[in-house]
Amino acid sequence: MKPIRRPASLVGGAARSRPAPALTATPLDYTYDGTFEGLLTVLFSIYESKSPPNSIQPEATAQSGLFAQPAHRETDEARATRVWEGLLKTMDAEARARLYHVFLSEDADRELLVFRYVDLALRSPVDVAENYANADVRRVQRLAQMMFREKHRMEAFVRFEKTSDELFHATIEPDMDVLPLIAAHFTKRYADQRWLIYDRRRHYGLYYDLTRTDIVQFENPTGQKSTDISATVLDEREPLFKHLWQTYFDHVNIPERKNLKLHRRHMPLRYWKYLSEKQPREVRFEPIKNKQVIVGKEVSAGQKLLPPPQ
Amino acid sequence: MNERIQEKLSILADAAKYDASCSSSGGKRKNESKGLGNAEGMGICHSYTEDGRCVSLLKILLTNHCIFDCAYCVSRRSNDVKRAAFTVDEVVDLTINFYRRNYIEGLFLSSGIFSSPDYTMERLVRIVKKLRTEHRFNGYIHVKTIPGASEELIAEAGLYADRLSVNIELPSELALTTLAPEKNYQEILTPMAQIRDGIIQNKEEKALFKKVPGFATAGQSTQLIVGASAETDLQIIKLTDSLYQGYGLKRVYYSGYIPVTDDARLPQVTQPPVIREHRLYQTDWLMRFYGFQADEILDPAHPHLDLEIDPKLAWALRNRHVFPVDVNVADYEMILRIPGVGARSAKRIIAARRFATLDMETLRQLGVVLKRAKYFLTCRGEHQPVIGELTEQQVRRQILFGAGSVRSALVTQQLDLFAQAS
Repeated sequence: MKPIRRPASLVGGAARSRPAPALTATPLDYTYDGTFEGLLTVLFSIYESKSPPNSIQPEATAQSGLFAQPAHRETDEARATRVWEGLLKTMDAEARARLYHVFLSEDADRELLVFRYVDLALRSPVDVAENYANADVRRVQRLAQMMFREKHRMEAFVRFEKTSDELFHATIEPDMDVLPLIAAHFTKRYADQRWLIYDRRRHYGLYYDLTRTDIVQFENPTGQKSTDISATVLDEREPLFKHLWQTYFDHVNIPERKNLKLHRRHMPLRYWKYLSEKQPREVRFEPIKNKQVIVGKEVSAGQKLLPPPQ
Repeated sequence: MNERIQEKLSILADAAKYDASCSSSGGKRKNESKGLGNAEGMGICHSYTEDGRCVSLLKILLTNHCIFDCAYCVSRRSNDVKRAAFTVDEVVDLTINFYRRNYIEGLFLSSGIFSSPDYTMERLVRIVKKLRTEHRFNGYIHVKTIPGASEELIAEAGLYADRLSVNIELPSELALTTLAPEKNYQEILTPMAQIRDGIIQNKEEKALFKKVPGFATAGQSTQLIVGASAETDLQIIKLTDSLYQGYGLKRVYYSGYIPVTDDARLPQVTQPPVIREHRLYQTDWLMRFYGFQADEILDPAHPHLDLEIDPKLAWALRNRHVFPVDVNVADYEMILRIPGVGARSAKRIIAARRFATLDMETLRQLGVVLKRAKYFLTCRGEHQPVIGELTEQQVRRQILFGAGSVRSALVTQQLDLFAQAS
């Protein structure tokens, strides 16, 4: 049998020490503009002013308590870049990417969690990525794992419809903000067709124009953001392929093995809305009755064969 | 024309669905020329059937016309069913259009045998060639080779397909001669060996030269039907073991036999053996990822897998003398053998214990299933009634029926069925 693949951590880890300043000044309630760069700017500011965070919140939704020490930080590209690159001194690129994923997870505690993780990494003589005994490390891992799962689901559950002007468009409502994470996958895969994936919950989309993929937003005259593409402009063969896909979906099912619990675990109900095979429809295709043997009727070899295909 | 296509798809998808494989992983086909599709690495399940199986590929037969009469197969020539056949262009059009809409990862193409094996195989090759060359399609393609097809055609298929498979179907020669009179083991094993050698040769060439076209880069697989013939689980996993070792297979699939006919040569079962199939997959995993040998799991005295408990727990109960394992000091290989500890938790245990001595609570948070694991491990001196003090039956009963016991949905479902039947 194949030898067991031993985890990398057994092979040996790099130990290094980096002193971080003690955060001894008055704790502050930071606010930022809600972007990842903004959060990185706040991190810079924390270590510059030595004021640990009481809270870090996006300005738009910030709630301040009675004794709050509000401190707003304008996003500073240069500082954000310095922090982003500096993180690599205490963690590998994979761990750093996890922090970005934590940010995209929209978890209520995401900003402070990123701070606590970075602070832990700065003060630890060894790489903390695998310190599963620490609750923050586990939480970061957990959120990153949830993000990965949601990203993977969206790579699977996007259903494009082709319009008459050759655009393939799809609408999604993921649990977390995954569009930035799926852009590369779809750009590589559908390099020869124009496509648009729109996140209806977050009101923005990805658009690929055969050259590059951009983040796009739409506004209609009433100022309401929308991507509603009227059904009249669908490609004439679009209904056919949707119908064929539903046909296929029904016919690969094996009724004798029916297990709806497992079905729903893999494909939770909340995603059905945009899955053409799971939408309410008039026709359900019954399995072909291919298992009965007509008793008493002898079929001689070859007799049943129709002409072979051309 | 549309209705005709729809009917063909119904017939030819329905006839292909008993093939268990739907894997789309392990491909190495990159989209480098702004063509369509990309099949690197990880597979994607785009949907799931109501029986909970992954739908990753457009899995169809080119035709269900067949000159063979294999008793277990819905497409056998003596079965009175509607027959249909796709044209080459129809398959290409369906594949491309499903792929463009993100319905599928690619194509799984198989066929009944019409006219002759080579005639059929030649059609399959023509389809995959057209997809790759004319449509610059880089999605995943799995081609099932036709028993008895010539070496040249199989070699050509391997140039365009990511995965090739030859289905063994029946796990013993005796069953094969009884149930599939036109097939023989030689015709199955010869192409398997050819594909194995092609893959090895291709890897060697790739190490030497930069631009060598790939040959079945996602490897080769096969399928065994479980429950249509009388083999024991021991025979099945021994066969599996020899296929992994001798033929370098990437995967062996097990397909619980679903009654497709009332042929007197076949057992008259009403329910597919879902749990047995599940236990075989668990065993397969133990052999591939957990360092277990086939004869550790089963032996002539225990030729069948225990349906009630998973094979790792069954092994642990028979080998209680090696437990409890101290998770703070034991080797990775030994931690992997604790029931309730998966590969991911085992890796985390090894990593986390460099930072702190682990206790039960941390283990739980790492993802260890303590319900099963607690009988077999110790940490910081914490342990449940030591395994040596309990009999096999006591541990077994506590895990199966004790407080907080949760049997897998699959087991519950099938045990319920037994209850109803009696």
